[in-house]
Amino acid sequence: MTAGMPRRRGVVPADSSTRIEIHLDGQPIGGTAGQTLAGVLIAAGRPSWRRSSGRDEPRGMFCGIGVCFDCIAEVNGERDVRLCRRRAVDGDRVVTQHDALPTPVRDEPGATDAGGADAAREETP
Amino acid sequence: MSRGILVIGAGPAGLAATEAALDAGARVTLVDGADLTGGQYWRHPPAERGDAREARGHHGWTRYLALHERVEGDPRCDVRLGAQVWAIEPDPVSPCGLAVHLATGRVDAVGARMERLRPDALVLATGAHDRTLPFPGWQLPGVFTGGAAQALAKGERVRVGDRVVIAGAGPFLLPVAVSVAGTGARVLAVAEASAVGRIARGWSARPWRLLRTASKAGELLGYVGAFLRHRIPYRTGTVVIAAHGTDRVEAVTLARLDADWRPRPGTERRIAVDAVCVTHDFTPRLELAIAAGCTVDTRRFVVVDDRQETTVPGVYAAGEITGIGGVDLALAEGAIAGAAAAGAEPDRAAVRRRAAFTGFAARIPAAHGIRPGWRDWLDDDTLVCRCEEVGVGRLRATAAETDGAGLRSLKLTTRAGLGACQGRVCGRTVEELLLDASGADRFPDLAGTDRRPIAVPQRLGDLAAIVREADDREQADLEPHDPPETSGKDT
Repeated sequence: MTAGMPRRRGVVPADSSTRIEIHLDGQPIGGTAGQTLAGVLIAAGRPSWRRSSGRDEPRGMFCGIGVCFDCIAEVNGERDVRLCRRRAVDGDRVVTQHDALPTPVRDEPGATDAGGADAAREETP
Repeated sequence: MSRGILVIGAGPAGLAATEAALDAGARVTLVDGADLTGGQYWRHPPAERGDAREARGHHGWTRYLALHERVEGDPRCDVRLGAQVWAIEPDPVSPCGLAVHLATGRVDAVGARMERLRPDALVLATGAHDRTLPFPGWQLPGVFTGGAAQALAKGERVRVGDRVVIAGAGPFLLPVAVSVAGTGARVLAVAEASAVGRIARGWSARPWRLLRTASKAGELLGYVGAFLRHRIPYRTGTVVIAAHGTDRVEAVTLARLDADWRPRPGTERRIAVDAVCVTHDFTPRLELAIAAGCTVDTRRFVVVDDRQETTVPGVYAAGEITGIGGVDLALAEGAIAGAAAAGAEPDRAAVRRRAAFTGFAARIPAAHGIRPGWRDWLDDDTLVCRCEEVGVGRLRATAAETDGAGLRSLKLTTRAGLGACQGRVCGRTVEELLLDASGADRFPDLAGTDRRPIAVPQRLGDLAAIVREADDREQADLEPHDPPETSGKDT
């Protein structure tokens, strides 16, 4: 078990919770009603659900209170949802979000595009 | 007709303000972006996950329940949850001179209900969020703020990891450690950056004054007991200076610091972890106060008078946006603000409590305030702006090349602070690093990073719907033969 529900008795009632199931990129993940989508994923040992635009690195939850926007992902077809604030509903479908930076288009003939997000970001004015 | 008060924020300060305004005979609309009252301090699971022993995880839970019942049960109180104030703007029709824009609905879902409120008076109780200084690897999944760890523990009963280090500065690290340990995680260390001597000096000055805040001593003893029970080591003059891992955090480096928070070479110690929670300070959530026109002081808190009224008549502020002071101060300030906003005389006991706990809060910066040496643990690749992925090296190089440029042009050149969070996480850090490069104490354009006219991003479709409805109404007004009840509502 990597990360998950508390093992200690008394902190959490053993049987007052309803199990739900969500999906991350099509993969089923079990959780408990009342948790946020971020909470369900972290409890299941899945700490990331976004890739950063520039470096294409994994990101997940950071601030936990809706301030940092690190935890945004697509939920049921809607993009940019903060998973730390959205309560999970049985059947929710979360899709990893990656908004790669656009590659600059050159007009000059013969100009080569270095390609890749890092090159693109250097040239973004 | 009684006064209509709008209270923004349903944490301790906002709840206390609501109660006091109701006591004074006013009507109150209490709004909060979350779907439960209580704020971050009394964060708790929703009813479907109710816990009969919830009180164990909180301080002052009985007080919360009383406030909650009062505001939910009073017919003069309209509690709007899942309701985000996304803008405040001048409005000549509004009795307080301001219109407050509200978006209500599921978090970040399409189709939020948009409305505009025009209250007689406004109480801002928007609170604060964690300030985490950058360090190499802080963008890795598994690196959290202390507030995130608490939110998961208190609100969801989820533990951030099995092997956890908690680091940063200030008394807030203690409840974070206890909450995390309470979820069954092993807290390997709590690393407090300030040296023990400074903590002792900060807290022991004029000790008799602390007598009036005896409840805090009880709280501290509770934490000490929990630390002993969970065998949590507390290290002063120590902090996390790097996080390591590929797709998630796998280890952290702890180092001893000198009095100015410079890492002492040779004291680094690497520990395997699967989560780390770091909070060095708090940043008040000022954007709505700034939008309302309130003056902010040089310490970057909202200026209020002894009735908690800001420099804008009819606009009051309470809680962390007037100074980081903790729950007791927030409750006292809220009670005063709510009464004053309703046109009543503030409760004298609340005024006394405010005086006592202001003194308590003033000790926190002396004992735990950020010291400049933290810059020494940065390397050129350390991200400052997490959203736009701007590294320290690029930020400093740009600042050096554009000597004397204003903050706005430096932000546009580097893109630091222009990402999705609008500089909430990195703003203060970006300002400090850019000012280092110029040697000045302010930017030539006098700009700061706290001004955000759109306080919460809204979907363009939802904003367009406001304009469309306004157009429809205008259209209906131009057609004099239309009976008023069909004025464009059902289009």
